[in-house]
Amino acid sequence: MSHLAVPKTYKLYIGGKFPRSESGRVYEIVDASGEFLANAAHASRKDARDAVVAARAAVSGWSKATGYNRGQVLYRIAELLEGRRAQFVDEIVRSEGVSAAAATAQVDEAIDRWIWYAGWADKYVQVAGNANAVSGPYFNISVPEPTGVVAIVAPQDSSLVGFISAVAPALVAGNTVVVIAAERLPLSAISLAEVLATSDVPGGVVNILTGSPAEIAPWLASHADVNALDLVGAGALDWVQLQIDAAETLKRVFPPEQGSDAAAPSLARIVGFTETKTVWHTKSLI
Amino acid sequence: MSFLEYAPAPESTALLSLQSEYGLFIDGSFRAGSNPTFSTISPATEKHIATIASASSADVDAAVAAARRAYDSTWSRLSGRDRGKYLFRIARLVQERARELAVAESLDNGKPIKESRDVDVPLVAAWFFYYAGWADKLDHAGLGADPRALGVAAQVIPWNFPLLMLAWKIAPALAAGNTVVLKPAETTPLTALLFAEIVQQAGLPDGVVNIITGAGSTGRDLVNHPDVNKVAFTGSTSVGREIARSLAGTSKKLTLELGGKGANIVFDDAPIDEAVEGIVRGIFFNQGHVCCAGSRLLVQENIHDEVVDRLKARLSTLRVGDPLDKNTDVGAINSAEQLARIRELSDIGEAEGASRWSPACDLPADGFWFAPTIFTNVSTASRIARDEIFGPVLSILSFRTPAEAIAKANNTPYGLSAGIWSSNGSRVLAVADKLRAGVVWANTFNQFDPSSPFGGYKESGYGREGGKQGLAAYLAPAASSRGAVERASGAAEIDSGNVESLALPITNEGSSK
Repeated sequence: MSHLAVPKTYKLYIGGKFPRSESGRVYEIVDASGEFLANAAHASRKDARDAVVAARAAVSGWSKATGYNRGQVLYRIAELLEGRRAQFVDEIVRSEGVSAAAATAQVDEAIDRWIWYAGWADKYVQVAGNANAVSGPYFNISVPEPTGVVAIVAPQDSSLVGFISAVAPALVAGNTVVVIAAERLPLSAISLAEVLATSDVPGGVVNILTGSPAEIAPWLASHADVNALDLVGAGALDWVQLQIDAAETLKRVFPPEQGSDAAAPSLARIVGFTETKTVWHTKSLI
Repeated sequence: MSFLEYAPAPESTALLSLQSEYGLFIDGSFRAGSNPTFSTISPATEKHIATIASASSADVDAAVAAARRAYDSTWSRLSGRDRGKYLFRIARLVQERARELAVAESLDNGKPIKESRDVDVPLVAAWFFYYAGWADKLDHAGLGADPRALGVAAQVIPWNFPLLMLAWKIAPALAAGNTVVLKPAETTPLTALLFAEIVQQAGLPDGVVNIITGAGSTGRDLVNHPDVNKVAFTGSTSVGREIARSLAGTSKKLTLELGGKGANIVFDDAPIDEAVEGIVRGIFFNQGHVCCAGSRLLVQENIHDEVVDRLKARLSTLRVGDPLDKNTDVGAINSAEQLARIRELSDIGEAEGASRWSPACDLPADGFWFAPTIFTNVSTASRIARDEIFGPVLSILSFRTPAEAIAKANNTPYGLSAGIWSSNGSRVLAVADKLRAGVVWANTFNQFDPSSPFGGYKESGYGREGGKQGLAAYLAPAASSRGAVERASGAAEIDSGNVESLALPITNEGSSK
């Protein structure tokens, strides 16, 4: 008896839920040889705005969680990814047309990077912050704090490792994200959303849109409630215009990066979307 | 004379030996500018002080070219130790000429001599002294070993702290190994030109520091110059936004220190006398021409009336007048244009229903003056609760709970500064955690120190000045580490100091690597 496969419906991931695009649009995802794989949701401006609302609502809880807590929640993602390795490998083989070995290497790298970032959650403040020896009777300390809502155009030539490499560092510091997945390779991102939805990451902390980055990114770049913009995967878009749009509300912006080392793990990716707060307090003269 | 009146005690201007006309300081010497000259005046008297050159696009080219030559031929080849020694020289020269600089600053800017003498100029010396010591210790700046200077820095500064903003810009830039072209504000070029003389006295190699005067178009030419690697701007959010737009897609590294609408929060367990002094320092220091001013006072409702009464009593003792008088607390508004803006916004505040109060004070007939003003019954939606007035005008609002205070304090697109007044240490720390502001002063206000990073959240800009962070803003990681693939499996080898390699905003280094 043969089993007739049950294909997955790929939807968006907004506020911890899996809605279809409000526009009703989908677009066809094909494999390397052009065969149909799935219909992905084709997100609209309205979907992007809904995602920003969800992300903003989640900032308070996620950013005030302790670093230890965020670190554990993020580590748990790696545990769940590990359990689903076969699914991701299979999806990457079909989407990218690569060998099982290459797909496995990508999944392994993604999991390892995720763990590397999870470990930073309770440490980046120590490394990037400092106590300041001011010339007066004051306690004075500088600490990095999350910037807020980060919009990300994920690397376009990678199913999973690029996506994770852009999303994880923003989350470590306590930011929430709205991320546009790779246009032609969005399936792993939505499968990752299933992992996130069954983990301890609160709804709204990660919001994932699939569709056309060229169509959606301008709405995020100009959105007044987005604090930062990661253009790592926007190299093929009119990213200079996106940067100009972002200047209207003085968003912090990361530039596009190309190649296999795009969004390579670095502390700079964590600290880049933080704000240094310096607190002074008087010391009494005794 | 009655109680609280003093005989005039003006600081002598005799120790100033100003030129009648100042050129552009390019490549180590002064030269005429190509655009028509302008006059810098004393805002306290509207009297002419000196004739100032105005730089054309060609002059900007010449200044950037001089800075580039100096970077290539001398400054980038100098050891950090020697760069530091030049900066130490400058710190000492500033100290030696401190009184002269303070008098010039108060004359040109209108700020009280007690502030220029006791705050601005001492901080200028401190800034150079602090960053001088960094010049040969860049490996510890947080970017890993052997960080690189960026090249030529274009720096545009405002008129509220003319010489201090110059120090904030030039000291870290030179310590990091950059050369600079700095444009002071149109209304306050004087101390920057005196600083050019100090640069000459220090024997700094020609072209390392270039100072070009002019109006907004000169600044625009400078920041948009293609041979500039770093732009640092302090000024209004609207100009900052324009700069961010014009630099989009370039590899120039940008620091923006922009406007603010700082909340000064007074809880009912605050030491009230100290709080009243802090409120005054927060908004009437430097005539309120302070981007991080505590221009929104949030007072807990049960002590609102008491605080307002005590504040009015205190304001009645403030002495407004001659900036050069050692007893003056509040000096002149910097320009007719700024005075018009303060008047307009204050009138709007009244029209929108807030209650306006100023102490009785005789303002001089000539010059630009505005009496210290407070508004009560201010709605959170009022223009005077939202817009940066940049003058001696305080908007007072009330709150009942810490949560309400935090919500109101954060209810602004700005995020530069905030103040907290409370005797309860754990409440102070909890509130400080929740304020979206780059500098939080608890039971003090408007304190500055070269070791203490300063800069904004949100639309108050990005990047930090002061401290290690302020140094890193003028550095890039070593070329060998840039873009290196750092695999997670080799996490132990990842350069944990590589904090600023993506320093904001955008560089397109990533796409070219």
